[in-house]
Amino acid sequence: MFRIVAIVAGLGLALAATAEAQTPRKGGTIRMTAPYGSSFTSLDIHTTQRAQDEIYAKALHRSLYIWNSTEGKPVLELAKEDVVSGGGLVHTFKLRDDAYFHNGRKMTADDIIWSYNRIMDGTKAYPGARFVRVIEGAAAVEKGQAKEISGLKKIDDFTLEMRLTEKVDPGFYFFTALTSIYPADEAAKESFIQKPIGLGPFKFVEHVPGSRIVLERWDRFYKPGKPYADKVIVSVMAEAAARDVAFRNKEIDTSVLGPAQYVSYQADADLKGTIVEVAEVFTRYMGMNPSFKPFADKRVRQAINYAIDTDLIINKLVKGKAYRATSWLPLTSPVYDKTMKPYAYDPAKAKQLLAEAGYPSGFEFEWTTSQNESWGLPIVSAVIPMLDKVGIKAKVKQVETAVLAEVVRSGDYQAFIYSQATGPDPQAALKCFHSSTPQPACNYMNFKNAEFDKLIDEAGQADDVAKRAQLLQKANALLYEEAPVWFFNYNKAVMAVQPWLKGIQLNATELTHQNVEDLWVDETSPAK
Amino acid sequence: MLSFLIRRILQTIPTVLAVVLLVFVLFSVVPGSIVSSMSDDSDPQVELRMKKQLGLDDPVYVRFGAYIAKLAIGDFGTSFRTREPVTTMIAKRTWPTLQLIFAAMAFAIVIGVPLGFIAALQPGSIVDTIAMVVAVSGLSIAKFWLGLVLMYLFALKLGWLPSFGYGDGGLKYLILPAAALGVSPMALLARTTRAAVLEIMTADFVRTARSKGMSETRVVKWHVMRNALVIILTTVGLQFGALMGQAVVVEKLFSWPGIGSLLVDSVLQRDIPAVQGSILVVVLFFLAVNLLIDVLYGVIDPRIRYA
Repeated sequence: MFRIVAIVAGLGLALAATAEAQTPRKGGTIRMTAPYGSSFTSLDIHTTQRAQDEIYAKALHRSLYIWNSTEGKPVLELAKEDVVSGGGLVHTFKLRDDAYFHNGRKMTADDIIWSYNRIMDGTKAYPGARFVRVIEGAAAVEKGQAKEISGLKKIDDFTLEMRLTEKVDPGFYFFTALTSIYPADEAAKESFIQKPIGLGPFKFVEHVPGSRIVLERWDRFYKPGKPYADKVIVSVMAEAAARDVAFRNKEIDTSVLGPAQYVSYQADADLKGTIVEVAEVFTRYMGMNPSFKPFADKRVRQAINYAIDTDLIINKLVKGKAYRATSWLPLTSPVYDKTMKPYAYDPAKAKQLLAEAGYPSGFEFEWTTSQNESWGLPIVSAVIPMLDKVGIKAKVKQVETAVLAEVVRSGDYQAFIYSQATGPDPQAALKCFHSSTPQPACNYMNFKNAEFDKLIDEAGQADDVAKRAQLLQKANALLYEEAPVWFFNYNKAVMAVQPWLKGIQLNATELTHQNVEDLWVDETSPAK
Repeated sequence: MLSFLIRRILQTIPTVLAVVLLVFVLFSVVPGSIVSSMSDDSDPQVELRMKKQLGLDDPVYVRFGAYIAKLAIGDFGTSFRTREPVTTMIAKRTWPTLQLIFAAMAFAIVIGVPLGFIAALQPGSIVDTIAMVVAVSGLSIAKFWLGLVLMYLFALKLGWLPSFGYGDGGLKYLILPAAALGVSPMALLARTTRAAVLEIMTADFVRTARSKGMSETRVVKWHVMRNALVIILTTVGLQFGALMGQAVVVEKLFSWPGIGSLLVDSVLQRDIPAVQGSILVVVLFFLAVNLLIDVLYGVIDPRIRYA
């Protein structure tokens, strides 16, 4: 598996090196696709957390930080410097003085304060509130106890002080489009939702609901010489087969591939070279409810991990479009432990563990799933006979994806299969299993383990990066041992990219989310 | 005529109310809510606030009453997802859907009706057999699959047309989705026309016309075609309504910005105001087309009176 990862990483580096070796061409049109639904949710990006919407938002808006795919971490975007003081709780940002909104007005600290206060409007329940809440006094605004976030202080137009409630890297909290900076005066207007204004490299031109968003180059973008392209078109294309035809017909520049297409593109000499892949920070798993008696026993949970031939499912059913999970944290996590090995396929060991736990004849449970082709019903259907071999009977309960999210958060299940974001911040990903994390938040298996809590608490207090990583690795290893879930796989995101589109970034947080100012098209692009 | 129209319009009110009530009750009892798709926040208070803001914490009857009151003044409410007025969202989507449906129906009528006529005038011939094979195939083929085949053939292989999108709303973007949507009603029209013409050709008044020495062309034109038109028109009317529903698949496949794709996303995300608004528009369209067809009956056949 690691050889594959190495090859992928090598391919990525080769792609990047090739792009660097060439001089980016100015002009042209980039034609991206939004594959996760039949429309964009809203042009007010503060209101939507769908991956679909962030695709266009990466061109239109900017946040305080931005994800750097090469470094695999968030880096400063709207600030040039962050001076940390107050025991790691106070961050003083020297903001850019050359960032202009698309209406021509210069961004100042007031816009950041206004945007974060907006997100904390408790009557609107903006999804980005969960990030801004890390600023001191933000929760009071949300509850209506204060009008402004006390932890945000404007020193001058281009200096902002931010006091946090926890010693965390604010980059992980302020890099997504959910915390985009809006122009204070414009965003308050009704018209903003029809014609949004941002700080991004491209300005809004047109939205045809259910079809496309068109953006054009913003000439006053703060990065010299960027963006390269004149125009970006993001087309809504929910149907994989339609994307396939359009990609082969050279009508689009990017197309997300599912398992079946991944195989066919690999087998096609003309298309094989267009494939770009990355291990995304999503872990797929079967969660087990400890209040269901058999799952309260660690040996039963381990038995399930031994009873399933996970490699077979990944290779045959998921068509190799996933990486075997060795624990909770994904391959691209900065603290991923390469020495960890996954549970072996060992039905005999599974039977032995079940007998030791008092279930020599197995037991029956209800397994809640959605129809998702990569981690839903098809996977459950393949696993059921494997569990049956060791005496465990699974009854399928099929629900819609929206319903599954509710089931998981409410704890109203015996077992469920899911895909959960496990990054990019490893500490936040593991904190989901901390006993203080409520079940509806992300502790879906209601995991409680004193030793685990101690490791996470110590990691949160550690100033030394290496020590923190070591503690988090230990916590991750403990999860492997406790097996609150069947560790299935880490998503391998695969996208086909036309040969004329350069500068694609291997973004592990979501491959479709590209920093569009770094993309460019060469003269062979059919779109002028 | 005027009293007929007023009566028919008044008759639509209970139908509309029944549909509104049905959709409202349905989405009140099905599991899943907009809140879970909009936020995965750790604070349970956020979920409560969101429900309050969206009015989802009120009892169903209170929400229904409020909705009906707004509907009476033409306010479809505000979308949970986009936070835009539903009327604005639907207004943006209506024209593309109408374009698609009218183009599909035009395709169906222009090909289906002559095909049925030709087949009926030569029953049992090779032309009849071919026409009916086409008709049966058209009824059997799934729109999704047909759409993909059309894309593959006319976009990828021949390069004549774009495979997806709305473009500038021009004809070249409309042809493939309209053909994919129009094949099924075309097939149905061909079969209906054939059956109607065959039946009318053996009617007493046709035999009488022939016995009076009227030419076959005049018989077909003045007696057969005119009488068959009533049946054809009924089929066209019903198919118009059906196309509104079937457009969902085609719009999604071709990234066509119509009401269908709005409806799909709204249902999946439990955006109840948008779902209700979209369904209401579909129902109103269906009723309007049926009313129009009823009026046209009288124009085609003066014997039909608006009693």
